[in-house]
Amino acid sequence: MRNYLWIALIAAALAGCSSTPTTEAPVDDRSATAGAGGAGSAGAQTGGATGGGVTGSAVGAGGGNPLRDPNNILSKRSVYFDFDSFVVKDEYRPLVEAHARYLQQNRTARMTIQGNTDERGSREYNIALGQKRADSVKRMMTLLGAGEAQIETVSFGKEKPRNQGHDEAAWAENRRDDILYSGE
Amino acid sequence: MILLLRRWFAFGLLALSSLGVPLAHAQLSIEIVGGAGAQIPIAIVPFGNEGTWPLGISGVVGADLERSGMFRLVSTDGVVPRPVRAEEVQGPLWRARNADAVVVGSMTPMPDGKVDVRFALVDVVKQTSLVAMSFTVTQQQFRVTAHKIADIIYEKLTGDRGVFSTRIAYITRQGTRYQLLVADADGNDPQTVVSSNEPLLSPRWSPDGTRLAYVSLENRKPVVYVQSLETGARRAVANFRGSNSSPAWAPDGRRLAVTLTKDGGSQVYLMNADGGNPTRVLTSSGIDTEAMFTPDGQSLVFTSDRGGTPQIYRANLLSGQVERLTFDGSYNVSPRPLPDGKGMVFVRRDGGRFQVATLDYATRQMQVLTAGPGDESPSVAPNGKMVIYASEGGGRGILAAVSIDGRVKQRLVAPAVDVREPAWGPFPRS
Repeated sequence: MRNYLWIALIAAALAGCSSTPTTEAPVDDRSATAGAGGAGSAGAQTGGATGGGVTGSAVGAGGGNPLRDPNNILSKRSVYFDFDSFVVKDEYRPLVEAHARYLQQNRTARMTIQGNTDERGSREYNIALGQKRADSVKRMMTLLGAGEAQIETVSFGKEKPRNQGHDEAAWAENRRDDILYSGE
Repeated sequence: MILLLRRWFAFGLLALSSLGVPLAHAQLSIEIVGGAGAQIPIAIVPFGNEGTWPLGISGVVGADLERSGMFRLVSTDGVVPRPVRAEEVQGPLWRARNADAVVVGSMTPMPDGKVDVRFALVDVVKQTSLVAMSFTVTQQQFRVTAHKIADIIYEKLTGDRGVFSTRIAYITRQGTRYQLLVADADGNDPQTVVSSNEPLLSPRWSPDGTRLAYVSLENRKPVVYVQSLETGARRAVANFRGSNSSPAWAPDGRRLAVTLTKDGGSQVYLMNADGGNPTRVLTSSGIDTEAMFTPDGQSLVFTSDRGGTPQIYRANLLSGQVERLTFDGSYNVSPRPLPDGKGMVFVRRDGGRFQVATLDYATRQMQVLTAGPGDESPSVAPNGKMVIYASEGGGRGILAAVSIDGRVKQRLVAPAVDVREPAWGPFPRS
């Protein structure tokens, strides 16, 4: 093999290039306005300052919310999966049943189940695999009496790992469904 | 924009980035890590009068050709006087330097401030001029003109259309900051298309190169957007209940294939490029996703777990007939049809390694192009000769490219940021 090497080192200026005048690809930083801007639903962006904080204080002030009571199983929100699997393991049955019962008893409650995968494999296929994990928990809940329209299932695939590591422990933590109620 | 050109060894580059040398800007660097078996020796003589401008033409032409891995640059040092026209090229002199071809040219200021750029490509083996052309351009068009000249030379000498005038799109992540960028194929002149504090993925060029489809999680779920590169205006074209992902343009640019879950499960739909009229085109009880149109627009290749493991299938949109394309291994995903219609690039898992490979439809012959272990998201150059893909290096996401025969390998590294999800744009409209 010819062993010469060639390098073009280019200042990509990730921050700086936003000020570069451009003909073809205009800078379009919509992230700040995306929520208000019109893409569709509420664009709670990072979930950090605005949404999460407001919800937390309001619920805390009210007290007695079973969804927030650490002693109540309803405060448990994560279901973990085996590699390449979307089967809900037995140990998570009580959790799923409790949330199904809550939805059945609170017909106005709305829930999103967010499916996640570990970092291995195709991003797009992992979106579908995370969706399948979210769907399998939803199916269990609707069989247990929750309303179909009460639950939206979405997937983050491998895009939002809770554990940034690259070992089996990290992967196990990231193969996960998270349950969020409307407003959380 | 600062442009620095350096010749370094790869280890020098790795050492630089691993030492954490503070850099004002994230830098995208391209290195060739393997060349083709037979490279064409070519001399690019500095163009006459080129020193008048800070950025000339011949340097960019030479860099393009060399980076393709198909050419070896022959030194022009000590050649006095430098030839600027084809008839001034002395064959024996260049043959003595083992050059097969010589490029000469000149740059002449015009009264209106534009510049007359002309070049000739001379075959010094046969002693004939293969092509001679002139362009009248502004100084801002020097780089574009150089890429065009490199394309012409590449096509004359290899028989394949060059891709030096094309662009690439890719995603960067720095902390929780995600950006979709578009840059020239050599990494130059990156422009931010969209920024977000939530993940962006799956950028896909419209066939005419004027729009990008992509997926954003900014609304706490995957939503497919189409954005104009000319105006920056964008629109959520698939924002249905559930997840919306994996957009792909039809060759006519009027329709998109997308994966939606609105009717349960991840299934493939066709819709108008403005989001209208979503129609389910495939049906399975499991996952169908990653659909891509074949070049004739008549079929989709896609990933499905309908057979128990993720495998690649092809569906004829007219007959509805579906055939399985991959059988070797338990994880074959991300099909990308080749522009000649005869095969595809895809990602396979071999043990724990994810590798980019090609499959010939007729012979079912597979060729593994990359070693892995974490290669994903391949995208094929419009001439079908190179594949750009996401890989890993130094604990970060990097882009890499490999020739379709697996011989030429390049790496593109940007210190301090993860780079991923490359998409090679179409040929420019001429």
